[in-house]
Amino acid sequence: MKIVKKGQAGTMQSSDLMVTVEPADELVIDIQSTVKKQFEHLIRAKLEEVLARCGVTAGKIGISDRGALDYAIEARLEAALQRAGGE
Amino acid sequence: MARNSLGREIPETFAGKKLVPYSDPWSVQPHAERSTRQIRRIAHNGSKLVGGLREAIIASGLKSGMTISTHHSLRNGDRLLNELVREIDALGIRDIKIASSSVHVVHSELVPYIRKGVITGLECGVNGLIGELISKGELDCPIIVRSHGGRARSLITGEVPVDVAFLAAPCCDEYGNFNGFFGPSACGSLGYALVDAQHAHKVVAVTDNLVPFPAVPVSIPQSVVDFVATMPSLGDPKKIVSSTTRITTDPIGLQIAKHAATVIEASGYVKDGFSFQTGTGGISLAVAEHVRNMMRRDKVKGSFGCGGITGYFVDMLEEGLFEALFDVQCFDLKAVQSIGRNQRHMEMTAGTYANPFNCGAVVNRLDCAILSATEIDVNFNVNVNTESMGYLLHNTGGHCDVAAGAKVSIVVCPSIRGRLPMIRDEVTTITTPGETVGVIVTERGIAVNDNLPELKEELIRRKAPVKDIRQLRDEIQAVTGVPRPVEFEDKVVGLIEYRDGSIIDVVRKVRE
Repeated sequence: MKIVKKGQAGTMQSSDLMVTVEPADELVIDIQSTVKKQFEHLIRAKLEEVLARCGVTAGKIGISDRGALDYAIEARLEAALQRAGGE
Repeated sequence: MARNSLGREIPETFAGKKLVPYSDPWSVQPHAERSTRQIRRIAHNGSKLVGGLREAIIASGLKSGMTISTHHSLRNGDRLLNELVREIDALGIRDIKIASSSVHVVHSELVPYIRKGVITGLECGVNGLIGELISKGELDCPIIVRSHGGRARSLITGEVPVDVAFLAAPCCDEYGNFNGFFGPSACGSLGYALVDAQHAHKVVAVTDNLVPFPAVPVSIPQSVVDFVATMPSLGDPKKIVSSTTRITTDPIGLQIAKHAATVIEASGYVKDGFSFQTGTGGISLAVAEHVRNMMRRDKVKGSFGCGGITGYFVDMLEEGLFEALFDVQCFDLKAVQSIGRNQRHMEMTAGTYANPFNCGAVVNRLDCAILSATEIDVNFNVNVNTESMGYLLHNTGGHCDVAAGAKVSIVVCPSIRGRLPMIRDEVTTITTPGETVGVIVTERGIAVNDNLPELKEELIRRKAPVKDIRQLRDEIQAVTGVPRPVEFEDKVVGLIEYRDGSIIDVVRKVRE
């Protein structure tokens, strides 16, 4: 899929995350997380997995994570992508 | 470097002090006389009122290189320590060590004075920014974290000689009698200050509420107080007592509390003579509520409640569920009001509460105690000092004292906090040795230490979710993933002293 407009999903509550996606020429992932030191590698792997599955090859993906588990990351990113995709 | 019995590398010395590596909770024996101070005789009609803080500092003879103390019963509402250090700086005094009973977030104001060399050492644990900056290497100030019992021990043995104690005195007369029960800055028990009043070389009572002689009831008597000083306000009453101590509504917390209550019931101690301690956390209070219902149901007449006292314990005392409360520190307004009113709500010194080096601390008489944790390892060792980023953010409190004393010490902890698994192969910092921890309770199950085989059997018989601690660790990590360890440099910035004075762990500078 292609990101054609801004999309957002999530909250800033503990154990959740906020995902924002917007159109860009290449794929850029920016991770802010309260547990970046310990989990950046796993968060990035999960984001890349979902992006690949959805066929996203370009876009600016920003997450502000408050210690969300993998399933929350997956769900929030999918929701943000759906909101950012063209009809 | 030597390794202590828990495998932690301990340097030979720290800040000029020779260190004894921790070996076990029981075997260290004291080889000291009780610390002494000069006996004095004051002029027959002399006045002790010296004016404000500055005059009190001058009168006390405080000089560069000395050690001061305050008590932390005003907690995060305390104004005295910040104001005191400002005045010490203004007088040009430098190289002061702080040996207070605790330092709180509000004392982050001390940071510039540490940078300036006014404060050059902390003989006490800290909560908040100061510890974080020290952990990052941004602030250079050796820090020795002690438990409540360990701090009392260090003053009583003279290991930490306090030159001048500046003791916040919420209700004080001009001749130095004081208590914490009344006044705008009432904090209730003066359990920590009672130790300083007996052992500091000079004692200054600092009050914002000078009452006509005598200030009764007398907690700290005129005979040990050198000077009386006044300041406009000792503290912010809203922050002195936390009005937000209430039972958790979080479903995970409630599940943990239910499991913990099952453990207490299975321990068989809930019968006449039962003794109990909890903290102020929402989970602890939920456990207390279960215990109260159990005691009512079985018509149990308990012996005592102990520790930092909350309104929940006051209610249980007044309902007749306990014979007495032993109170080192009041945690809410209801406890403050009760200690001034209830004869069986006893003010207790930190030494009597938890010092391992005396003829028996109150913690030794505890049946069950609820403790918290920021991390637990598979050997039941508990960390309450450092948080997930490796920063020193919390003081020990009575954690290791109570764990060692209670027959069944129960550590309650959610299995995951913000993706971080709370049961791991190794904790960042060992505060309390696993040997003294009885049971770990999470919402996912209960792990019982091998030293309580009968309790484990009884819990299994009651079909409680008993799991091996390694099984719990694996279940949790299957959900969170395996975190990368926080990295540290070699530089030791602080010590975690066990209650007996041996070094159970060190805090190293975090690699950023």
